[in-house]
Amino acid sequence: MASVELTSVSKSFGPLTVLHDINLDIADGEFITLVGPSGCGKSTLIRIIAGLEPQTGGSVRINGAAIDHLRPHERRVAMVFQSYALYPHMSVAANIGLPLTMQRLSLWERVPLLRLLSRRRRAVMPQIAAEVNAVAAQLQIEPLLARRPAQLSGGQRQRVALGRAMVRHPDVFLMDEPLSNLDAKLRVHMRTELAELHERLKATFIYVTHDQVEAMTMSDRVAMMDGGRIQQLGTPTELYARPANLTVAQFIGSPSINLIPGQINQTGRVEALGQPLHLSTGLQPGATVTIGVRPEATFPGEPTRFGPHHASIPVTLRRSENLGSEFLLHFEAAGLPGAPLACRVTTQHAIKTGPDHLNFDPATCHVFDAAGKRVEASVVAPGTGGRAS
Amino acid sequence: MTAGLAQALQPAVRANRRQRLVERWMAFAFVFPAVLLLTVITLAPLVVLLVLSFTDYELGNTTTEIVGLSNFSKAMADTVFRRSIWNTAVYVAIVLPGAVGFGLLVAILVHGRKKTRSFYEIAYFLPVASTLIAMATVWQFLLHPQLGPINAFLNLIGIGKLTFLSDPALALPSLAVLAMWQLIGFNMVLFLAGLSSIPKDLYEAAEIDGCASGLDRFMTITWPMLGPTTMFVIVTTSITAFKVFDTVALLTRGGPMGTTEVLLYAIYLEAFQYFRTGYAAALTLIFLVFILAFSLIQTLILDRRVHYG
Repeated sequence: MASVELTSVSKSFGPLTVLHDINLDIADGEFITLVGPSGCGKSTLIRIIAGLEPQTGGSVRINGAAIDHLRPHERRVAMVFQSYALYPHMSVAANIGLPLTMQRLSLWERVPLLRLLSRRRRAVMPQIAAEVNAVAAQLQIEPLLARRPAQLSGGQRQRVALGRAMVRHPDVFLMDEPLSNLDAKLRVHMRTELAELHERLKATFIYVTHDQVEAMTMSDRVAMMDGGRIQQLGTPTELYARPANLTVAQFIGSPSINLIPGQINQTGRVEALGQPLHLSTGLQPGATVTIGVRPEATFPGEPTRFGPHHASIPVTLRRSENLGSEFLLHFEAAGLPGAPLACRVTTQHAIKTGPDHLNFDPATCHVFDAAGKRVEASVVAPGTGGRAS
Repeated sequence: MTAGLAQALQPAVRANRRQRLVERWMAFAFVFPAVLLLTVITLAPLVVLLVLSFTDYELGNTTTEIVGLSNFSKAMADTVFRRSIWNTAVYVAIVLPGAVGFGLLVAILVHGRKKTRSFYEIAYFLPVASTLIAMATVWQFLLHPQLGPINAFLNLIGIGKLTFLSDPALALPSLAVLAMWQLIGFNMVLFLAGLSSIPKDLYEAAEIDGCASGLDRFMTITWPMLGPTTMFVIVTTSITAFKVFDTVALLTRGGPMGTTEVLLYAIYLEAFQYFRTGYAAALTLIFLVFILAFSLIQTLILDRRVHYG
């Protein structure tokens, strides 16, 4: 059990800098997810923590002690690879047991034939087998112990890889996209299992994924990365409810957030597609902004059905997708050609009415300035200061 | 009613049968060229060889007699042939571990190079691409007792002159080293292909799991993962070693004192110097059985210990 601290970690490959000054404090027993698009540096960062890649600058500490000079196996970290990286020529039991045999047996006790002479090996091997069995029991893969990785399904291989990580009780579990090779159904299932495993082991988990759903569902905290920088660090709720910038807003949430171009009008109100909203910011009049509205915060229908403070955008329905429990509607707004607005509704009712307006509450909007940074916006009650409306 | 149905279906059944017949002939037509080539090139000569080995045919003779197994019993009693079996075995015993071991070592070293890798690949592969006849002449010069630079060097460091190709104790090992020189490059290329196909992930996982030293990683990952390649290399190298002929014919002609008489050279002498075709055919058959048995044993033993993908 351990805390992990990254202090201004950076990494360059020649002239290319993939990590810029990463600072991250991970608490003991925390499940933290590094999420971001491919090439954002998240895998490089986890490989630096594992010791597979040396950082260009900065320091990694585990429990307050710098581990930068330690070899991977001395760092008390375990890693689950995207490819699982199981040793194909070994049985499942040997795969899981390898970290222990490497730890407890000397070189000559592992040399084929010669090892048969070692009395200590005969004493140690049953212990290792017992520990392997215990881990296999936890993961419910006991019947597979004699098999080779090639004889296993994707999900079973995943469990073996987990077992190999668990068997030596590491301080930190590093997981590099461990679920991305599984089919969709199994991925959902393993998500739950991993979260439960984390609860049971109470170890520190650092999890890398490009799938925002995995990040949202499993983590205590999420670090959203892009362009070699941490864009936002916070709980899944914080990232969803208060995205720090456009990148985070667009990455978190499915379907992606609707972005509407706007500006600050002369009275200081936020204007979306020329329509003033009951929102004011600290920005100067004339400033360009982007207004973000989550698809689940929009409602199709006649504007009169909603309160006066709601915003309404005239739209035409382009496509509707049936997801079973809900419908995903794609609209095109008059001033926004080629940038469809998505809307999530729970009933089929909305479609039959053929809505020509998309409505949303300004209080649920996110406002970003020209640089893409989040701007605090406050709701102005309709009627007050409503000179422009 | 069923009868009526059957009657109605009959034309369809007949068409179906005709189609199946056409398909069958088509299949024969497609495999015919391959079967013909295989027969003419490989199977027929083998049968001719087998038939010849039971005769006393000599090249140029118009008549011949079936002599049964007497060619084979003669071979077993033939001291030259028995010596050539022994010499070949010694030669293979030197070449096989040397060419495989050094091939692997060179491959691992070259695999670790980044910028200079292609230089080393070409350098080690050159002997494979060059004709051995030309190279044998070069080696003859290099090993020459008076003119050769190798002896000049040995003289310099105080070992003294060695007559590599005319000393009965050194001739066969010298030829074996020459063969290794040529085989290492080829085996290196095969091992390099094997090394490149090992996923990098495995080494990283092994490093995290505690395989700290290069030796650990070699024992845990490289050696077992190279199993199929190693098996292939061992089988091809031993067959090549068994077939040694050119260096013997060019450099030693079986001498000194018969110490470099090898199987293929003995067969060559019988067939093309003494024209005893029937006897040579019998020897060839014995040679083939040797190679077959050797490869089969290797495959059976190694296959069980090798892991494939």
